[in-house]
Amino acid sequence: MSLRIPPAAGNGGAPPPGLNATRLRERLRRGVSPFRRFREKTVEGMLLVCGVISTVAIVLIFFFLFKEGIKAASMVELDEFLYSTVSVLEYDIELDEMVNKGEKTDIVWQPASDPPRVSIVPLLWGSFGIAFLTAIISTLAGVAAGTYLSEMATKRTRDIVKPMLELLVGIPTVVIGFFMLAVIALPLYRFAVSIGLEKIYIDTYNMFVGSVGVSIVIIPVIASLVDDALRSVPDDLRAASLSLGATRWQTSWRVVLPAGISGVFAAIILGFGRAIGETMIVLMCAGNAPQLVANPFAAVRTMTASIAAEMGTAGQGTIWYQSLFFVGALLVTLTFVLNLIVELIVNRYRKKIRL
Amino acid sequence: MTQRSLSNARKAVTGKTSAPMWAVVFESIIRGITGVVLLMLIYILGTIVWKGGPQISWEFLSQAPSEGMTEGGIFPALFGTVFLVVFMIAMALPIGVFGAVYMTEYTRGGIFARVLRAAVNNLAGVPSIVFGLFGLGFFVLFVGRNMDYYVYDIPRNAEEAAAYSARMEPLRAAALIEAESLATERSLEGSERAQFITAHVEQIAPPASRKVFGKGAMFWAAATLAILVLPVIIVSTEEALRAVPASTREAAYGLGATKWQVTSTVVLPQARAGILTGAILALARGAGELAPILFVGVTFYAPDLPLTEPINFGLFELPVVNPFKEFMHLNYHIYTMATQHHDPEGTRAIQFGTTLVLVAMTFLMNLGAIMLRRRYSR
Repeated sequence: MSLRIPPAAGNGGAPPPGLNATRLRERLRRGVSPFRRFREKTVEGMLLVCGVISTVAIVLIFFFLFKEGIKAASMVELDEFLYSTVSVLEYDIELDEMVNKGEKTDIVWQPASDPPRVSIVPLLWGSFGIAFLTAIISTLAGVAAGTYLSEMATKRTRDIVKPMLELLVGIPTVVIGFFMLAVIALPLYRFAVSIGLEKIYIDTYNMFVGSVGVSIVIIPVIASLVDDALRSVPDDLRAASLSLGATRWQTSWRVVLPAGISGVFAAIILGFGRAIGETMIVLMCAGNAPQLVANPFAAVRTMTASIAAEMGTAGQGTIWYQSLFFVGALLVTLTFVLNLIVELIVNRYRKKIRL
Repeated sequence: MTQRSLSNARKAVTGKTSAPMWAVVFESIIRGITGVVLLMLIYILGTIVWKGGPQISWEFLSQAPSEGMTEGGIFPALFGTVFLVVFMIAMALPIGVFGAVYMTEYTRGGIFARVLRAAVNNLAGVPSIVFGLFGLGFFVLFVGRNMDYYVYDIPRNAEEAAAYSARMEPLRAAALIEAESLATERSLEGSERAQFITAHVEQIAPPASRKVFGKGAMFWAAATLAILVLPVIIVSTEEALRAVPASTREAAYGLGATKWQVTSTVVLPQARAGILTGAILALARGAGELAPILFVGVTFYAPDLPLTEPINFGLFELPVVNPFKEFMHLNYHIYTMATQHHDPEGTRAIQFGTTLVLVAMTFLMNLGAIMLRRRYSR
C-alpha cells in the first residue's frame, strides 16, 4: 500500500497535507514492499512454469517419437521402409528340399512376419488416399456451407446453423466410425452391387467409406474456418463494391472471395492435415487391410490406424514396435509441415487484409 | 446491416434486380449442400437415438457387462470415462489457465511469447494417435518405469533384472525352505504359517515382472489427455482475458494494485465465463477421444471398478478411485464391441445404447459451452 496517495482535499489542487514532494519521491524510490515484490516474483515464476509446459510437451513429443523412430532406422536399412527384397523359396521334388529361385521385391507392410517387412508405402497410400478423397468431399461441402453462413444466411438462420455445425464437430470420432460401420457401409455396398458395380466396389469397408466418415468431421471444421475467413474481410470493401453498383453476387464472387481466398486455402490445408491425423474413423470403417490396390473402393489401412491397431500387440523393442514409432514420427512431421504452411498463409493474409 | 441497406439503395438507384441466372443456380446449389450437411447431422443423431433409446434403462446404466458382454450394462465404462475426464481437467485446467495468464498478461510480444504461441498452435495440430504413442513412450515406459525403479526397486532392463533376481532368489528360496520345515512340524500353527508363507512368497520376493506405476493406468491416460486438451483451454482462456477491457486493468493499477493483484482480483473474475466455456469444451473433447488412450490403460473388460480398498475416514469408510489401475471406457467399449466382439451383429443394441450415452454426454457439454459462450459474447 505504499503508493496510495490520499485524495486531494478541497484546497484547490495543492498537495494534500502530510505528503510533500520529498516523501512522495522517497516512496516512489522504495517502490513496493519486499514482501509484495517477493510474492509477485514467485507468482510470476509459477505462471511461467505453466506457460512453458505446453512448449515442453511439444518438444518432448517430438523428442520421444524421433528417438524411438530413429531406432527403427538403425535396425533396418532405410530402403526397407519403401520395399523389401525377399528370396523366393520353392519346393523341389527331385532334391526334396526348398530351393532358392531368385529374389523378388515386395511392397508390403507385414511387420509380424519373419523377417519383418515394413514398407510404409501401403500405409502412405491409405493415408493420402483417404486424405485426398476427404479433401475433395469436404472442400466442396465445407466451402459451400461456409460461404452460405457468411454471405447468404440471415442472422437468424446463422444463429441456428452455426451451433449445429459446432455440435457436429463435437461428436466423438468413435461415434462417427461406428455409425459408418453399422449403418452406412453395408447398405452402400448393397446399393453399389445392385447397380452393377460389384467388379469395382470390392470391399464393404473401404477407402471411400472411410473418407465419407472423415468428411463428416472435417466439413464443419472447414465450414467454420471459411466463414471466419470471409467474415474477416472488412465491411468497407463490401460497401465500396456495392456502392459502385455491383450486385450482391458480384460483390461476393469478385470482391469478398478473392480477399478471403488465402483463408479458404488455409482452411482446406488444415482440413487435409486433420484428415491425415484422423484415427478412429479410418480404423473402424476403412477396411483395415494394409494393401496397395489402386481402387478407391478397396480396403486400406492408414498410418494412424496401423499404430492404433498394432501397438498393443507389437512387443517392446522389436522392429515392429520401433517401425510404428517411425510411422508416428513421420506423421507428426507431416502435420507439422502442413500446420507451418497454414501459418504462413494466414500470416500473409493478415498483412494483406490490414492494408 | 451495411450490406443489406446498400444493396437496397443500389436497387433503388439502378432499378436492377440482384442476381443473374447462373448466380441463382449456384446459390441454390450452395443452399442444397448446406442442407445436406445439416440433414446428415440430424440423420446421425436420429439413428443413434432411435436405435439406442430402447436400450437405455437403469439396469443398463448401473450394471457391469455380463454373459460375455452380451448382457448387462455399461456402468464400469461410464465410471471410467467420468473419472478419467475429472482427473484430466484437474491437471489441465490450472496449467492451461495460468499458462494463458502468463502469455497474455505477463509477456509483451517478443520472441519468447512467439515461441509459446507457436508451441500451443503445434500442439493443437498434432494427431491424436501421436499423443497415444507419446503417452506410452513417455508416461508409462519412461516416467512410470523409472518411478517403479526408484520407489519399489523394480528392474527396468535385462541387466537390472538379472541383478534383481540374484538378490531376490535367496530370499525366495529361504522363504520356501522355511515353509517346508514349518509344514513338517506336527502342529496346526506350523502348517498354517507354512501355507501363509507359500501364499505370500510373491510379496516376500516380488517377481521382476511386477509393475506398479509402469503399466497402463487411468492416471497416465488422464495426463496424456490433459496435454491434448491444453490448447483448447489456453486458447479460450486467452480470448476471455483479452475481452477484459484495458480500462478496468488500468483503474486497478491506478489504485495501486500490483500485477498479480490486478490479475487475480480484477481480470480473472471477469474472464470467468470464458474460462468455464473452455473447461467444458475440454471436458467434451477429452470424453470423446479414444486414440490417445488406446495404449495407456484402457481395457476391454474390467468389471471391478478401479477403486482402492475402503479407506477409513474415522466416521465412515469409503473406497477411493485408484488412478493407477486399468479402466473401462465408453469409447473403447463401442470400438471393441463393434469390431472385436465375437458377435458384433447380435450386440448392436448394446453398441447403440452405449453410443447414445456417450453422445448425450458430449452433446450436453458442447451445448452448454455454446450457450455459455453466446450469452457471454453478448
